[in-house]
Amino acid sequence: MTSLKPTAPASSDGPGSSAPRLSPLGWVRWAWRILTSMRTALILLFLLALGAIPGSLLPQRGVSIEQVQNYFFENPDLAPWLDRFFLFDVYSSPWYAAIYLLLFVSLTGCVLPRALAHYRLMRARPPKTPRRLDRMPYSATFSTDATPDEVLTQARPLLKGYRIEADTDSLSAEAGYLRETGNVLFHLALLALLVALAIGSFFGYRGNMLLVEGDSFANTLPSYDAFHPGHAVDPDAIEPFWLRLDDFEAAFVQDGSFSGQADSFSADVTYREAPGEVEQTHVLKVNHPLQVDGAQVYLLGHGYAPSFKVTDSRGDVVLDQPVPFLFRDTFTFTSDGVVKVPDSAPEQLGFTGVFLPSAATAESGDLVSDFPEARNPRVVLKGFVGDLGLDSGDSQSVYQLYAERMTQVGESPAMAPGDTWELPDGAGTIEFTGVSDYISLQVASNPSRVPALVSAIAAVVGLLGTLFVQPRRVWVRARPGADGRTVVEVAGLVKTEGAASLARFHELASGLNQRLR
Amino acid sequence: MVHALAANVAADSNLAGISEDLVLALIIAYAIALFLFVFEAAYGRRESLAGTRLVAVGATEGRVDDLTVNLRSKEPEVKASRHIFGRVGLGVTVVGFAINLVQIVTRGLAVDRWPWGNMFEFVVAICFCGVGAFLFTSFRYKARYLGTFVLIPVLLLLGIAVRWLDGEAGPVVPALDSYWIAIHVSALILATGAFMVSGSATITYLVAQRTEAKRALGETVSSIAAKLPSAELLDRVAHRMIILAFPLWTFGVIAGAIWADEAWGRFWGWDPKEVWSFITWVVYAAYLHARATAGWQGKKAAWISLIGFACLLFNFFGVNYMFSGLHSYA
Ligand code: HEM
Repeated sequence: MTSLKPTAPASSDGPGSSAPRLSPLGWVRWAWRILTSMRTALILLFLLALGAIPGSLLPQRGVSIEQVQNYFFENPDLAPWLDRFFLFDVYSSPWYAAIYLLLFVSLTGCVLPRALAHYRLMRARPPKTPRRLDRMPYSATFSTDATPDEVLTQARPLLKGYRIEADTDSLSAEAGYLRETGNVLFHLALLALLVALAIGSFFGYRGNMLLVEGDSFANTLPSYDAFHPGHAVDPDAIEPFWLRLDDFEAAFVQDGSFSGQADSFSADVTYREAPGEVEQTHVLKVNHPLQVDGAQVYLLGHGYAPSFKVTDSRGDVVLDQPVPFLFRDTFTFTSDGVVKVPDSAPEQLGFTGVFLPSAATAESGDLVSDFPEARNPRVVLKGFVGDLGLDSGDSQSVYQLYAERMTQVGESPAMAPGDTWELPDGAGTIEFTGVSDYISLQVASNPSRVPALVSAIAAVVGLLGTLFVQPRRVWVRARPGADGRTVVEVAGLVKTEGAASLARFHELASGLNQRLR
Repeated sequence: MVHALAANVAADSNLAGISEDLVLALIIAYAIALFLFVFEAAYGRRESLAGTRLVAVGATEGRVDDLTVNLRSKEPEVKASRHIFGRVGLGVTVVGFAINLVQIVTRGLAVDRWPWGNMFEFVVAICFCGVGAFLFTSFRYKARYLGTFVLIPVLLLLGIAVRWLDGEAGPVVPALDSYWIAIHVSALILATGAFMVSGSATITYLVAQRTEAKRALGETVSSIAAKLPSAELLDRVAHRMIILAFPLWTFGVIAGAIWADEAWGRFWGWDPKEVWSFITWVVYAAYLHARATAGWQGKKAAWISLIGFACLLFNFFGVNYMFSGLHSYA
């Protein structure tokens, strides 16, 4: 596969013999010629495909950081080695970039000269009729009583779509320029696509957050749980819209063998494009994002946020709000969460909890959830008393209780909405006041969406041209013969494979023959 | 905070039952056709195929009407094994194709959505497109001799579908509930059907090539391999099918990117399915380049197209069962 024998026309005086005696400029030329040869393109295409494979076999940071962390945890010896070769960031790795950049340099070097040559060809007239037409892949002769001029006049309407150059006794016609145009368009469109993607990764951003029913957020950095800006994004200058989740509904298949499968999600939201603008509403659904001011807001998922009211030992209400819980699996929506109560006195309170939207007793006697909908919500909590560690300066996840300096004080019974659990030793009470839905949202701004789409469409159009148009030449010559009748010659040539064209030429020849009968 | 009540999407069980029976009828029809095609290949007489579009229609040399025609490069005569059974087989294939269509339609009606929402339905639709592409080639290019090679993978796929894939009719998850499924998945299924025929033609081509090489060395070749049509013709059929499939695949992948942009908030995220669609695309692009590269035509290009086909199959089975991504519907 790597043998670069100088058989390709582009590298005809290739690497072997002449290479060592080259001047520096000669070397550059030589390298350029190799790089832009079809053979190199072929090899680079293979490498592009081959290099993409590890990215599908190993978890990728760009797709899921958690999975990468898991992989490191499970393969502590192997993972750092793989990481050294960027195998967890394949598509943004230097070696993958090297492959596609080389490919695109090769492409440019290959296609630009071709585009130029094609441009010249398009402006040139079809070449003169050659002397011997019987050397063409297809040629036919017949004689007719019509005069040579009449023959050529009759031939013209048959050559619709051809560019015709008339000579004294012949027509030279060419058609199918669009094949090469399509080829150039296709390859340039691929270049444009790459540029568009690069622009997108520089100037775009993506961020995720959770939003509980009734809550709102302003599009600023602190609103996000995770934010991935491109290199050139100023996080303080992102689109200043505001959005509130009014209501969320999830519908599930209620019974039968698909029971529990999600059927539809929809979220009613109110938003303002910028501070001071009028409020507008939108129904946010999967496949139906909201466009605000150059950014898109997507509904990615949903979950439950049980709400709690916590009273401390002094009798003060120190927390009264919904707390988003993260689900473990989509078929039961059994969810885990943490309630942190930093304001309680004398000591801080913390809870870990399991939320069961549709609680039922399993055969084993355990309490489980048997449906994703909140048909019979129950919460089971573990209480902790002590120091939440929020002042230590280390950043904490809201979904995790850092209980090193806390003591567990007990576990609650399964609580239904309205139930209150009294902590032992008068440490306080916690009431499970109800359940809200939350949605997970993604906000994305990607200036390359439209340019990428335009390039992609151009690529398909170009591809259709290059695959289905056949460039061809036809000649018709009419001369007086020895017997006084006119001798007509019709000949055709195609530059690409496919014998259907011979049939086409034959149709032309017999069509002309018919007309002159 | 209201949860919507039951959306009644339980499949219409009557229609669903019919569509399950039709799958069996379909398998039987294709199996009979396969038998007839194998019989034709084994016991037919090698005859010249006139009028295949790949060979110039009517452009034979000599005097035609008043014309004297002169062809520089003579088209090699194309021969293939012919038998009346093959014709019957083609008829049975058409019947199977019709059953296949009815099956897909009743399935769609039963579940009240586009009938390609899970692996089982993909397989049935791909077989439909593969057989459709085969029928197209057999009418347009007289490539009936491909019947055996197309129906073997079709029957294998259908067998796998019935035996291992969950065929129960049901609703799809919300992400699939979009008109884009009609555009994106249809394009990819159509392309897969054409790639399948191309793959069959390529394998046949490699066998025929070996036969011709042996003949050139003076060996006698008996067995079915001796009755295959000329390697050149097979190569062209394979190429034609890829030329049909490649733009469709390109379009399908782009449509998928647009859909992903709408559903998941990014148009390309290197999800395993996306990666393997991309790999497949690149390998077939390499095939097209190989045909235009000195020293890579013929057998080498054929192997590249087979690699492409392997990637396609892996994308379908491997990715759905081995990886968990947004695209797993297994
Ligand atoms: C991302 C990379 C590329 C893709 C996906 C791609 C795809 C294609 C496709 C689909 C064709 C049509 C083939 C046909 O007409 O049968 C084609 C033709 C062509 N490509 Fe590329 N290409 C790529 C890179 C390159 C590079 C790097 C070069 C130059 C070194 C190149 C040079 C050509 C040429 C010269 C043709 C015309 C072949 C002919 O005349 O039949 N391509 N390409």
